[in-house]
Amino acid sequence: MTLTSTSKPAGDGLRFYGVWLLGIAALIVLPMIFSSGGSLTSFSLIGIAIVFALSYNILLGQTGLLSFGHAVHYGLGGFAACHMMNAVVAHKWPIPLPFIPLFGGLGGLVFAIVIGWVMTKRAGTVFAMISLGIGELVASSSLILRSVFGGEAGITTDRTALPKMFGWSFGPQLQVYYLIAFWLVLSAIAMYALTRTPLGRISNAVRDNPERVQFIGYDPHVVRYLAFCFAGFFAGVAGGLAAINFEIANSAYLGAIQSGLVLFSTFIGGTAYFFGPILGAILVTYLQLGLTSLTSVWQLYFGIIFIGIVMFSPGGIAGLLMMHRPLVRAGTLRTVIPSYLVAVVPTVALACGVILTIETVARFAGGDVINLLGIGFKPASPTTWISAAVLVVGGGLIARLTWRRIAEAWDRAATVARDRGYLA
Amino acid sequence: MSGAVSGQSAAIEVRAVEKRFGNVSIIRDLNLSVAQGERHAIIGPNGAGKSTTFNLISGHIKPTSGEVKLNGEVISGLRPFEINRRGLSRSFQVTNVFARMSVWENVRCAVLWATGHRYAFWKNVDSLPEVRERTAKILDDIHLMHRRDVPAGLLTYAEQRELEIGITIASGATVVMLDEPTAGMSNAETERAVALIRRLTEGKTLVIVEHDMSVVFGLADRISVLVYGHIIASGTPEEIRRDPKVKEAYLGEEAH
Amino acid sequence: MLELIVISTLNGVLFGMLLFLLSSGLTVIFSMMGVLNFAHASFYMLGAFFGFQLTKWIGFWPALVLAPLLVGAIGMAVERYGLRNTHKHGHVAELLLTFGLAFAIEEVVSMIWGKSPVDYRVPALLDFPAFTIFSTNYPAYKLFMLAVSIVIFVGLLIVLKRTRVGLIVQAALTHPHMVGHLGHNVGRVFMAVFGVGSALAGLAGVIAGPALVTQSDMAAALGPILFVVIVFGGLGSLPGAFIASLVIGLVQTFAVALDGSLASAFGPLDPSAGPSVLTDIWNVTIAQVAPIVPYLLLVIILIVRPMGLMGTRES
Repeated sequence: MTLTSTSKPAGDGLRFYGVWLLGIAALIVLPMIFSSGGSLTSFSLIGIAIVFALSYNILLGQTGLLSFGHAVHYGLGGFAACHMMNAVVAHKWPIPLPFIPLFGGLGGLVFAIVIGWVMTKRAGTVFAMISLGIGELVASSSLILRSVFGGEAGITTDRTALPKMFGWSFGPQLQVYYLIAFWLVLSAIAMYALTRTPLGRISNAVRDNPERVQFIGYDPHVVRYLAFCFAGFFAGVAGGLAAINFEIANSAYLGAIQSGLVLFSTFIGGTAYFFGPILGAILVTYLQLGLTSLTSVWQLYFGIIFIGIVMFSPGGIAGLLMMHRPLVRAGTLRTVIPSYLVAVVPTVALACGVILTIETVARFAGGDVINLLGIGFKPASPTTWISAAVLVVGGGLIARLTWRRIAEAWDRAATVARDRGYLA
Repeated sequence: MSGAVSGQSAAIEVRAVEKRFGNVSIIRDLNLSVAQGERHAIIGPNGAGKSTTFNLISGHIKPTSGEVKLNGEVISGLRPFEINRRGLSRSFQVTNVFARMSVWENVRCAVLWATGHRYAFWKNVDSLPEVRERTAKILDDIHLMHRRDVPAGLLTYAEQRELEIGITIASGATVVMLDEPTAGMSNAETERAVALIRRLTEGKTLVIVEHDMSVVFGLADRISVLVYGHIIASGTPEEIRRDPKVKEAYLGEEAH
Repeated sequence: MLELIVISTLNGVLFGMLLFLLSSGLTVIFSMMGVLNFAHASFYMLGAFFGFQLTKWIGFWPALVLAPLLVGAIGMAVERYGLRNTHKHGHVAELLLTFGLAFAIEEVVSMIWGKSPVDYRVPALLDFPAFTIFSTNYPAYKLFMLAVSIVIFVGLLIVLKRTRVGLIVQAALTHPHMVGHLGHNVGRVFMAVFGVGSALAGLAGVIAGPALVTQSDMAAALGPILFVVIVFGGLGSLPGAFIASLVIGLVQTFAVALDGSLASAFGPLDPSAGPSVLTDIWNVTIAQVAPIVPYLLLVIILIVRPMGLMGTRES
């Protein structure tokens, strides 16, 4: 969001609100189109993942803080929400379910306030290491402090036992979905607004150049601390939503895997634009749900996608998309598209080869047949090995040639766009 | 050391400052006084400690011993942002901007603290009229309004130097320190930059490190000559030009 | 009690030396290249699994040499084809690349060798008790591990103090900005340092595998402790890494061995109070707390001495 212009032509303002309204409308309509229980569950999980990834981007994208322990706030938010729900039921407090994520947020926030000052003293690699250590500390402690975290089993709750609101019991998944969607919209607006405040802009400055920030009157430590607290709050909201959705909070919420997933989502989506983490959360959650049923080694695919993004497109998917904006504006995009089309076939072949290789290794012992694009491959058969090798080597070699052509076409198109006065 | 205007404390007063790294003294017994409203240039051969002097005054590094005062108040030992809030702003020799942010954002961030918005997270930064006006005025002053939406990292070198000056003066600090603002510029660019500096520091105290002698003698009211971490002479351009010690240690070297 | 102290000290020093085999490589790589190699513990794991597999095929002793070399070669490839291309995107991208690698390596290992521990046995030659203190037999293999780590430690010292490469590494430790001035073979120096660091991690894996558990989650379990060690010791300081390795090795070994709790020291709490955070803390044994001790040390050092024990640099 750093590059957005500050004085927009009238049309841009309209488009800006249009995008938000479209998003809200989509959230309302989605469950009417895809109304099966499975898709409702998926939508709910994606909504939670988006809030979580956006909160993470307050750190990584906005302030330049790489955290390996962000799930701590998510998890503590989940536990706070569970305890709050149980307390509401036990004491008959008049607090209906839709307010519970707020307490989740407070759970994440309180921990951020307590630990954040020490953690944010230093940025960069040191912060990354410390966040990892604190993450492990909290995850391990949660197994010791059984009265709070419920040990291995976790803390369970019953969301339907809370006071009703508008006559909704929040038993059916559809109602939970709308609750999540409501908080998603609220959190997204709040987090977007945060990027447009003095603190949000100074966070960007701290990300770009913490040294210089000190010479325009700001203490980068305070800026990092405040950003950390906000990120902790919204991660807690996401954790609270998860607690409502699953009616349980356990130590897995706090753990390294959850922290890794949110890092993957945010980075794959792209940290430089506000909508990047949204894309990433949708994609990663969708893949996670979709791949688990297809392959036992789905996490390996995540790792490979992630490494690919880090090496070849550090701006993530959003960065890739936004690269095309100046070309679209300058009208030179069509000169690039043919080279894309040429690259599709060898790139897909390469991807198939890699998938075939991985699945062959993964299923070698079990002997399950690999079903790729409708063709069955036996992992023990040499035909499979040869196909995999041919696809990887041949696809790889040809793909490299076509990629080079894309790069050349790109350079030409970008030069024209630059000459026409569009930044590229 | 003459310099303090009577009845009013000096803008900057450096007294007996020493800076050691390990056993090596980079700066020793440094004394410097810059009067209110004065344009003061620090010159000296490479490695004399000019940038270190800047770093010591602006809080970037802490002196091993000695004292620095800003408008009569001790600032040595304070952190850079605390010194900045007391009205001293500095630029950097190596361009030091916010590379991924637009030119407009660069200047606006430098305006925010001084306009009292600090760490506010409840205000829309786009709807703060005084911030917008001040940012716009500075962009006009440094002739970068037409580049307002360009990421600072993509500016040309000369433009980045101008932005550097813009960020430095944006807070409205009364004491401005510029570290080689024209380094690496062409003659035409230098001329433009000098005119810019002259205009923007009107009525302010200016401390400038500069290699280009025409810039120094054209701009400065007073000059201090720094050699091996020690000020060997301080005076008006005329006095400096005539000072035999300076000729020997510095200008003579230039004349070769 | 004395028995416990002697045995735990031995085990603690051993664990500490193992940690140093890993943290020394990590520290040198970080100092020279500015990259904190997240996958360092994964190289350790690869060493253990290669050691296991090669032992099955060609026996333990050839594996002891071959497995670290293999791991070193993988490390060099990672530097050459991964990190060097990512360098232009900055340190965060490099750190993320190694993070992704660590993740992928764990998945590959569990894909090939499964998720449960493999049967990596102590070689028959060393499978006897070296000595008996009080009633405990101390296995010869552990003494062998200790000997190997000490030999490597001394070897490293000599390389650092006596050779040209050692001088370059030392210069890089104290003046990281100077690395760029090494000349045009800087790429090869980086690759070599990365390879040697990885090979040392692999060696640690080969010798630790039979004594500890060789399992696909061993990297994820050790990695965070490793980072605690180098932050605790002070980033970029080899002596710091050495002291921190021993401290954490000893502290954790002793913690595991101690069974006491506040309840056993001061008697149980009033049972009528019911379960609470206090009773949790009161009843937990030191052994149960052992996993979090390194992280507690990390928090304490951050508050008391943010640079780490021997650290001089901000970041």
